[in-house]
Amino acid sequence: MSRRRPHEEDDGYDRAYRKRRRVSENQEIEDRLESLILCVGEKSTSSLESNLEGLASVLEADLSTYRAKILRILTDCAIRMPEKCTIYTTLVGLLNAKNFNFGGEFVEFMVKTFKEALKACKWDPARFLLRFLADLVNCHVISATSLLQLLDNMIDAANEDSVPQVRRDWYVFAILSTLPWVGRELYEKKEQPLEHLLVQIEVFLNKRPKKHHNALKVWAVDTPHPQEEYLDCLWAQIRKLRQDNWAEKHIARPYLAFDSILCEALQHNLPSILPPPHHDSYKYPMPWVVFRLFDYTDCPEGPILPGAHSIERFLIEEHLHSIIEMYHLERKDCATHLLNFPYKLKIPLEYCIVEVIFAELFHMPSPRYLDICYGSILIELCKLQPSTMPQVLALATEMLFHRIDSMNVSCFDRFVCWFSYHLSNFQFRWRWDDWDVCLSLDSEHPKPKFVREVMLKSMRLSYHQRIREILPETFAGFIPQKPEPEYKYAKEAEAVTLPGTAAAHQLVVTIRQKCTPEEVLAVLKDLPNPRSEEEVDGRFNPLKIDVFVQTLLNLGSKSFSHSFAAISKFHYVFKILAESEEAQICILRNMFELWHNHQQMMVVLVDKMLKTQIVECSAVANWIFSKEIGSEFTKNYLWEILHLTIKKMNRHVTKLTGELTEAREKLARAEESSDSESDEEKKKQEDAEKPSEEMVERMEEKLEAAQADQKNLFLIIFQRFIMILSEHLVRCDTDGKDYNTHWYKWTIGRLQQVFLAHHEQVQKYSSTLETLLFTQDLDPHILEIFQQFVSLQG
Amino acid sequence: MGKFSTSLDLSSYRDQHFKGTRAEQDKLLRVSSTFYVGNLSFYTTEEQIYELFSKCGDVKRIIMGLDKYKKTPCGFCFIEYYTRADAENCLRYINGTRLDDRIVRTDWDAGFIEGRQYGRGKTGGQVRDEYRTDYDAGRGGYGKLIQQKIGSEVPSFLR
Repeated sequence: MSRRRPHEEDDGYDRAYRKRRRVSENQEIEDRLESLILCVGEKSTSSLESNLEGLASVLEADLSTYRAKILRILTDCAIRMPEKCTIYTTLVGLLNAKNFNFGGEFVEFMVKTFKEALKACKWDPARFLLRFLADLVNCHVISATSLLQLLDNMIDAANEDSVPQVRRDWYVFAILSTLPWVGRELYEKKEQPLEHLLVQIEVFLNKRPKKHHNALKVWAVDTPHPQEEYLDCLWAQIRKLRQDNWAEKHIARPYLAFDSILCEALQHNLPSILPPPHHDSYKYPMPWVVFRLFDYTDCPEGPILPGAHSIERFLIEEHLHSIIEMYHLERKDCATHLLNFPYKLKIPLEYCIVEVIFAELFHMPSPRYLDICYGSILIELCKLQPSTMPQVLALATEMLFHRIDSMNVSCFDRFVCWFSYHLSNFQFRWRWDDWDVCLSLDSEHPKPKFVREVMLKSMRLSYHQRIREILPETFAGFIPQKPEPEYKYAKEAEAVTLPGTAAAHQLVVTIRQKCTPEEVLAVLKDLPNPRSEEEVDGRFNPLKIDVFVQTLLNLGSKSFSHSFAAISKFHYVFKILAESEEAQICILRNMFELWHNHQQMMVVLVDKMLKTQIVECSAVANWIFSKEIGSEFTKNYLWEILHLTIKKMNRHVTKLTGELTEAREKLARAEESSDSESDEEKKKQEDAEKPSEEMVERMEEKLEAAQADQKNLFLIIFQRFIMILSEHLVRCDTDGKDYNTHWYKWTIGRLQQVFLAHHEQVQKYSSTLETLLFTQDLDPHILEIFQQFVSLQG
Repeated sequence: MGKFSTSLDLSSYRDQHFKGTRAEQDKLLRVSSTFYVGNLSFYTTEEQIYELFSKCGDVKRIIMGLDKYKKTPCGFCFIEYYTRADAENCLRYINGTRLDDRIVRTDWDAGFIEGRQYGRGKTGGQVRDEYRTDYDAGRGGYGKLIQQKIGSEVPSFLR
């Protein structure tokens, strides 16, 4: 099956090595049938109608021998090529007209597959199967009454109490997204039941809680385009479609040409289908907000962009998203297929593509693929369509920049990363002068901040001198500091007065002579502890840490590799000097003092020190919120560090969880097979793999400890957020000042980001957080963020 | 199923100094999370490489390719990820895009072995820089052989 996504059935490497099996004659015919079915509707010299007629005759002749195979292929097509739905329903319609029994078997097979998809939580396949069944009504294969019965059952599922809201939402979404296909037919034949269905949906939507809506918006304000909740938007589009008497202009309907044949056919009734009841292990799709960047005034030339509430906009977007899904592993194919969109002459295609790609990149809480997947597809699009794509992309960038004031911080970060990456692929050419508004704004304002962060990221991909060259002179203030260490013990004026200078100089000499860790400790031995009597608990000496960390990192400053080598060689010294969390924070502080002009270095050093367990996650979190680096608090790199820290912790917990589950399964399997008599070989192998009860217990303990650490990390982070935010709100209140400053917006945004970016892990501690931190007496602004997060999984 | 190529397929290049059979080498290449990155500028730093390649996942280590004699970067490196999946994404999304204005080429590698960080050309750099006939400012000007003929590293009109 050539259209199958490459990653699903093979890893992309063993194809050439797969043994060529002997193909029987039957196999050959089956393969030919498969390829005929797959290709119908692709470019061809004859018309689609004649191809369909021909194919129907071929299949009819083979039905007796290859029935099972044909059923499977057609069902696969329904799931994997939803964009060709109406072509295949027409084919099935023609087959049904020729062979009523086959039509019945097909419907039965589809229904079975649909039920299985629901049970397996394969939500998109289930939706495509439902759409296919609905479209079979148009082809006189299924009766309208029995389809309505199915839709009614789905509405009942949506109206169940005490199941997650996301489950109920999905059932309504599935119905609504089917109506563009079958709405007209139902309207003509069963207007009353259709109206009744719509009333039920309207009642459902009016009662539906939407606390999550604000958390998922890319922008806080609704100008120029409202950021609609996905079900609300689709409902508006369906209402508009109903007003237009269910006439839509996007879906090709090849069955219309066969009306005289199809209307003669007998119809089948769908059996009664009850959605499988909810189970706690089921995961449902999260809600989302519909991303809108353009309207028809933005693309004045050529075809008109359908309005936000026209059903065509939904259909086009869904189609483009599915092309991205299908080809995201091959960026060049993806770009080609996007640009070959079948309806490209009827729509401003470049605008639609750019909007859909940014919709994915800015999807909250996280994009479905890597950021760089989208970045690289955009590069390919610019290469393939150099006369139009770069201009549309530049316009989109302009618009995003102008709307950046209320953009959420997660999207702000992604925008910075994408733009600097994109620039680095196009010689950093940009009309910076157009953005001179930055020059007169407060430096914490999102616009100048964006330019500053883009420059910092661009410098990481290039070098300092290059950044100086790309910016106009007026933007000199946006050029980052040269990323160099500042080693205080080498500064003549300063160093003489420092208590650690002599030891630092001695240390440089000793390390250069390739000393051992013990010799380093010997050099540091006599440094006095500057902490006052009562503070000194004998646990750590900040002066020793200062001299050691700054000197060692400065000696390794030539590159990341040099720094990493220095850290691993003297790992022992770090461990001796910094056992307590306070001492670990002291290490981080000294790293900052030396490297404050090199953000990327700090990011990788913290990462390295976490991996080598020189510092713990909690120490990093506390350091980030400490007073001394308050000046850095709204800079992106600091949050890059916090998120990498949290991710490290999450990965650790996930890994231990996986190992424990596996060990438990092995244990259970081994016990089971020892109960029953199984064959010797297998038993031997299982016994060999069987972990002992003690091993499993130890793993449980390890996991519990890790989870305690993880919980503690989240508690620290959220508590620190609450402290600084509350302090700010109270201070503004007593001073009679507006609390809604740039600092406040960045900080509350970062709080929201921690919840959203790690929601799956944070979710586990929701109730602890609610009882310990996010209590009812908290300022409502802060509490709101927590409540939005809780409502995400409904 | 029809045969089709993906961006993850092995290229035709094989390390000629590999100790083992072609089959052994290919087997390693298919599970490796290490790859070779070529066509870098001599001036591109480890830091820049780290920044770009981290976009596909956690980088375990970068080994800069060095001139055998001068011990300076000579336009290639090896990168190892912690997981195969991250390395695959790197081939999908970074191979053929730009770093320091140059199109970078990535290719699977059977795993780094000490000594491979050095250029294998007679003059210390990569072999491709010996025979090159074009002028490439990012890679030391003309190819080494031509330089020896014309006697200067950078022609005056390009200085």
